[in-house]
Amino acid sequence: MKKEFDSQKKLYTLSILVRDIPGVLSQVARLFSRKGYNIESIVSGETDKPNVTRITIVLIADELMINQIADQCRKLIPVLSVKILDEATSIQREFALIKVKAADRSARDEVIQMSNIFRANIIDVSRDTLTVAIFGDKSKTAALIGLLEDFGILEIAKTGTLAIERGRSTIYDDNKLKEEYNYGKNVL
Amino acid sequence: MKIRATAAIMECLLEQEVDTVFGYPGGTILNLYDELYNYKDKITHILTAHEQGASHAADGYARSTGKVGVCFATSGPGATNLTTGIATAYMDSSPVVFISCNVSEPLLGKDAFQEVDITGIAMPITKATYLVRDPQTIPDVMRQAFAVAATGRPGPVLIDFLKNVTFPNVEIDYEFVPWSKNRSCSSIQALATSHELKAPEPDMGDVDTLVDMIAQSERPLLICGGGVVRGRAHRQFQEFAEKLDAPVAITVMGGGGFPGGHELTTGMIGMHGSQASNVACNECDLLIAVGCRFSDRVALDPASFASQAKIVQIDIDRSEIDKNVLTDHHIIGSAKRVLELLNEKLSQYSHPVWKQHILPLREPSIPRNSEQLTPKQVLETIRRLAPQDTIVATDVGQHQMWSIQHFHFDYPGQLLTSGGFGTMGFGLGAAIGAKMGNPDKVVIHTTGDGCFRMNCHELATVEHYHLPIITVVFNNGTLGMVRQWQNLIYHQRYSQTTLDRGPDFVKLAQAYGLKGFRVTSLAEMEAAFQAALDAGCGCVLDCRLDMDEMVRPMVAGGAHITDFLLK
Repeated sequence: MKKEFDSQKKLYTLSILVRDIPGVLSQVARLFSRKGYNIESIVSGETDKPNVTRITIVLIADELMINQIADQCRKLIPVLSVKILDEATSIQREFALIKVKAADRSARDEVIQMSNIFRANIIDVSRDTLTVAIFGDKSKTAALIGLLEDFGILEIAKTGTLAIERGRSTIYDDNKLKEEYNYGKNVL
Repeated sequence: MKIRATAAIMECLLEQEVDTVFGYPGGTILNLYDELYNYKDKITHILTAHEQGASHAADGYARSTGKVGVCFATSGPGATNLTTGIATAYMDSSPVVFISCNVSEPLLGKDAFQEVDITGIAMPITKATYLVRDPQTIPDVMRQAFAVAATGRPGPVLIDFLKNVTFPNVEIDYEFVPWSKNRSCSSIQALATSHELKAPEPDMGDVDTLVDMIAQSERPLLICGGGVVRGRAHRQFQEFAEKLDAPVAITVMGGGGFPGGHELTTGMIGMHGSQASNVACNECDLLIAVGCRFSDRVALDPASFASQAKIVQIDIDRSEIDKNVLTDHHIIGSAKRVLELLNEKLSQYSHPVWKQHILPLREPSIPRNSEQLTPKQVLETIRRLAPQDTIVATDVGQHQMWSIQHFHFDYPGQLLTSGGFGTMGFGLGAAIGAKMGNPDKVVIHTTGDGCFRMNCHELATVEHYHLPIITVVFNNGTLGMVRQWQNLIYHQRYSQTTLDRGPDFVKLAQAYGLKGFRVTSLAEMEAAFQAALDAGCGCVLDCRLDMDEMVRPMVAGGAHITDFLLK
């Protein structure tokens, strides 16, 4: 029987382990542009293993597309493993720095209060600005940004989404797609 | 042992048993060519007229011999001239290692003379690219590059050496490791470990499932794709087809994977597929495609493709599964291994009713009567006079489809054609590569007047190396395939397709020191082709054809596979 694929487009998160060699990020990223996919966010950082980098990419796709892109990714020589994380079994967080206008004392107090409710931190103060650091999932940062807009946001610096699986399972586990494990990497 | 870095590059080529390379020198690759001078007894270098010709020659060499082709070029324009050839090899999964040199380290990124980021340019059209900045990594990179190019799904790889890496005073540690042993050398071993590499051994459960599916099928159809050719799985495929007793449709890339004259062959499938193939595809209840990616020229409309059938895909590349057509079942592994396993388990089947329904449909359609020489007459003359194992390299367009429809290809590497990328100008380079790799075989290059004009300067290479390649120009004074579309789909608005211009191909051949023949009738064709076979040198046959001759049958792109625009 033909496999049923969910044709609904939604946000997918891909966790990709790569060997840390020059050009690896552009090699991974160009796969997405080639297929005309739009990357919502991309984050890259080192891992517990030397010379291994973890790239987390969030994109809007349907199930068939995300499987295709994961398979294409696995073919790249520097890519060690690829995992599609779903929202239910993974934790997703992002980090944002928001510089807000706070012209007078009452504005300043209000921003600080708001930040406290969101458990955000004030990391810099000047005579007429405050810089807020917030860490949380996408909806939390979006909510705070929405509220702070009333005061006038001067600039925002934001990471993309980071994601990790809940519980014991890790990206190193043997629990990936049957195809990936039974057949190994088919470039060699 | 310490040796010069450039000598290590040559030794690494010898490790891989490379004896022929194609290329074109230039400023940054001078050191490599200087070293080649020392190795001229061991490595034959073919100097082409243009880097593109060299890239196609290396590709044609690889396709026809099954070995890895090697191509050299200098930085900048030399490297970018390779790109069409790299993309051609990539689309048709042909194993070629392209070696270019770049400016030296202090100049890198400074827009120096003839500098270009070729590893960046080639990234989407190669399996891997390597920028070599540290000479100590040369042996690892070279071995890895050949391993990546040749194994799994084959494909091109590009290595870009910085000029300072190749300076004559640079020495590195090097130990000769023969090809058979260097698969276990450090860098490949490291790659294998990090990727938890296993031989792509097919899953036995998947094989059993297919055996069950075959048992339940009454109307099976096989598609022989390029994977059978690249994997040299033609014997296993033939045994499989005969055991299954099913009709076999052959894709453009699959030409040579199954004997063209076999009683089960239904011919080409898809846009210019035969009635038999396309009807069988529409009516079969089980479609088994081996090494075929269901491109838009085969599965014209993916939604209605083989709609009555369970579709099974056998491919070495996981990412091909469900890419273009959704399948019911798949087996991942090399065509050879999967078919071996299937053949062991399969009993002899017989499908006389189904065969009786499909096979009579394959009678070729009758071309319209013409006073003039017809393509069919040209091709039949070639088929009659040339040895059966003749290698045919084609360019792209009408003559390509006619060549594939008319000739019978019996072994992998007999047909060299740019099926995926559709590169005009591919044929002559490929023929040069094929002749270098198969000096005992007759090599014919079929081309159109449009295609030939693109790379006909390689006639200089044909002449210089005394390669008796016979170029047959299907000269109809137009870009025939595009004109055919304009005729059928664009209301006879022949925009920019009429090629009412020179050169005179007979005189052109003579200018290059080759023999040229003008052919306007069947009698002239017979005489000219026999003379060309006997000439022992490169020949050009300028066959004058009617510009309104069409490739039949034809199904429009995106249409249902039996919805013939032309029968």
